Amino acid sequence: MTTAVLELLELRKSYGIGTPVEVEVLHGLDLRLEPGEFAALIGPSGSGKTTLLNLLGLLDRPTSGDLLLLGQPTRELDDDARTALRGRRMGFVFQFHHLLPAFTATENVLMPVMAASGRPSPAAIREAESLLDAVGLADHRHKKPAELSGGQQQRVAIARALMPNPALLLADEPTGNLDTHTADEVFELFRRFNRERGLTVLVVTHDPRLAERCDREIKLVDGRIVSDERRVGRQR
Amino acid sequence: MWFEWTLAVRLLREGRAQTLLIIAGIAVGVSVIVFLTALISGLQASIIDRTLGTQAHIRISAPDDVARPLREADDSALSSRIEQRAQRLRSVEQWPLLVEELDRFDEVTAVSPIVSGPALARRGAANRSVALVGMEPERYTRIVPVDREMKTGEFRVVGRDILIGTILAQDLGASVGERIRLETGGGRSDVFTVAGIFELGVRDLDQRIVYMGMKPAQALLDLPGGATGVDLRVREIFDAEAVAQRIQRRLGTKAESWMVTNSNLLDAIAAQSMSTNLIKIFVAISAAFGIASVLAVSVVQRSREIGILRAMGTRRPQVLRVFLLQGAIVGLIGAAIGSLMAGGLIGFWQAMGLARSGRGAFDLMVTPELFIGATLLAAVIGMLAAVAPARRAARLDPVEAMRAT
Ligand SMILES: Nc1ncnc2c1ncn2[C@@H]1O[C@H](COP(=O)(O)OP(=O)(O)OP(=O)(O)O)[C@@H](O)[C@H]1O
Ligand SMILES: [Mg+2]
Repeated sequence: MTTAVLELLELRKSYGIGTPVEVEVLHGLDLRLEPGEFAALIGPSGSGKTTLLNLLGLLDRPTSGDLLLLGQPTRELDDDARTALRGRRMGFVFQFHHLLPAFTATENVLMPVMAASGRPSPAAIREAESLLDAVGLADHRHKKPAELSGGQQQRVAIARALMPNPALLLADEPTGNLDTHTADEVFELFRRFNRERGLTVLVVTHDPRLAERCDREIKLVDGRIVSDERRVGRQR
Repeated sequence: MWFEWTLAVRLLREGRAQTLLIIAGIAVGVSVIVFLTALISGLQASIIDRTLGTQAHIRISAPDDVARPLREADDSALSSRIEQRAQRLRSVEQWPLLVEELDRFDEVTAVSPIVSGPALARRGAANRSVALVGMEPERYTRIVPVDREMKTGEFRVVGRDILIGTILAQDLGASVGERIRLETGGGRSDVFTVAGIFELGVRDLDQRIVYMGMKPAQALLDLPGGATGVDLRVREIFDAEAVAQRIQRRLGTKAESWMVTNSNLLDAIAAQSMSTNLIKIFVAISAAFGIASVLAVSVVQRSREIGILRAMGTRRPQVLRVFLLQGAIVGLIGAAIGSLMAGGLIGFWQAMGLARSGRGAFDLMVTPELFIGATLLAAVIGMLAAVAPARRAARLDPVEAMRAT
């Protein structure tokens, strides 16, 4: 058995611990993502998808259970180690596009690289520009987020998530506010990175049409995985 | 640091109004501190300068006569009362040797033996009590530059030529070339010629001092070959007391520094320095609080961006440094502007003084160290003020921070 990109062991998450409104949102999840998998995470609103993605992205800590990233337990890691792991190994596309208003599109894309190693090399800048080209923003490289439409901002965020050449891409409704055509293009981009670089993808989507095109479909309802199907014929 | 620096600069540029507000606050604080320092240190330097312009830094004199029962041989009435004796004029023992020794002291820049004592000056019906000062001109003028303060006549104290102050000249109605009779306690008296009239600018001196050569003063005061004191000038005026003590230890004579004779002045200066330091400290503190509060607001406003940065792999210490740098940058810029403002203020003050009195009342003390010090101080204060907001920013939880919209 190869090392899983991601492995969840009895993962639980509660909010408001120690307060009268304490509530468990994720009730002990077990899950494995193999290298090169392309999985969709679906489920009704409020089922805990964003909560789960935040845990997987090491942005938040589980209440109990552990999360193995490329075989490495993450429970005991300190904040710096988690941050470094997040910056180098993971791409994150948030449900709501999160760009830094003070920086241009290219600079936003370069942000993970700059955080990790300072001034970007010319090669890194070329890479960032070609990623912006790939998401159809070749003409908008030097614009600040305020000068871009919502969909364009989302595409910058996607380019940024792909910039560190991550092992795992976590995307929370990345195409939520894109038109069908652009949504298809972005999805195609994910597929291409998946195919060409072996990028493992976990994408939250409400769009059944897109979920359909993933290799695997994990359904979350009320903080429990109720179904987990690999599509016949496309299984690796 | 490139990343932190870039972020800090961008965030400052982005929050233009806040940045300008902080910079303005620091600029005002720095200009107040710089101007106040220049003003007060200039004032103090000029006071000390004026005081020491007419006074030796250290005076060496013969030890005081000790108080003892009045049982002198020529005093027929025996008395058991103990009284402070009226001080008799006494010569410093071996003063020529002493002068030679003192000339070799490294910290001492000028040595001048003097013979001084009280006398009465008469001219016609007018008489005034005066203080005779017999001195060697080449040596004495390096202690008090009387030669540069001559009003009329010339600086000459050979033979029977004497110098008197402007007020004494007026009191006696004497002008250059005229004669004055000087009498001392022992019934000695002689006639002298006024060679020049000086104005030292200190009332007491211009009214009482009569300068002459060593020899005639020794004769009048009945101290043949003697010197009542040795005046000294030292390299560093504030080392005077230490030098005096060293002289006292090494040569066993009585040596008194200007710092002891003018201890009231020094106390006043110290008190003044303390109050201006207090003002400066409070200005610095209020500037620091201003910076801290504006930065704290900016951390709250930027928490979403901080969350994004954290999610993108920015570590807590990096976030901390970004905000500390912001404090330091606004501190430096504010200090630069504040220094310019202070420079303008100082120039304006000097021009005003010039317009009012024809010559600057006193020069403000403007040194490069003052500006460099104020600038460094502002950078440090900016950084210190940023500590609390920066730590808050670094502690932000990325998920929480990004939720804040
Ligand atoms: N910080 C929080 N404090 C308390 N409860 C929270 C917090 N964040 C999320 N929740 C709750 O956890 C549950 C899951 O939220 P989550 O955002 O993970 O849902 P989701 O599946 O992403 O929904 P959507 O599809 O609408 O984005 C919800 O009931 C929500 O109210
Ligand atoms: Mg969600």
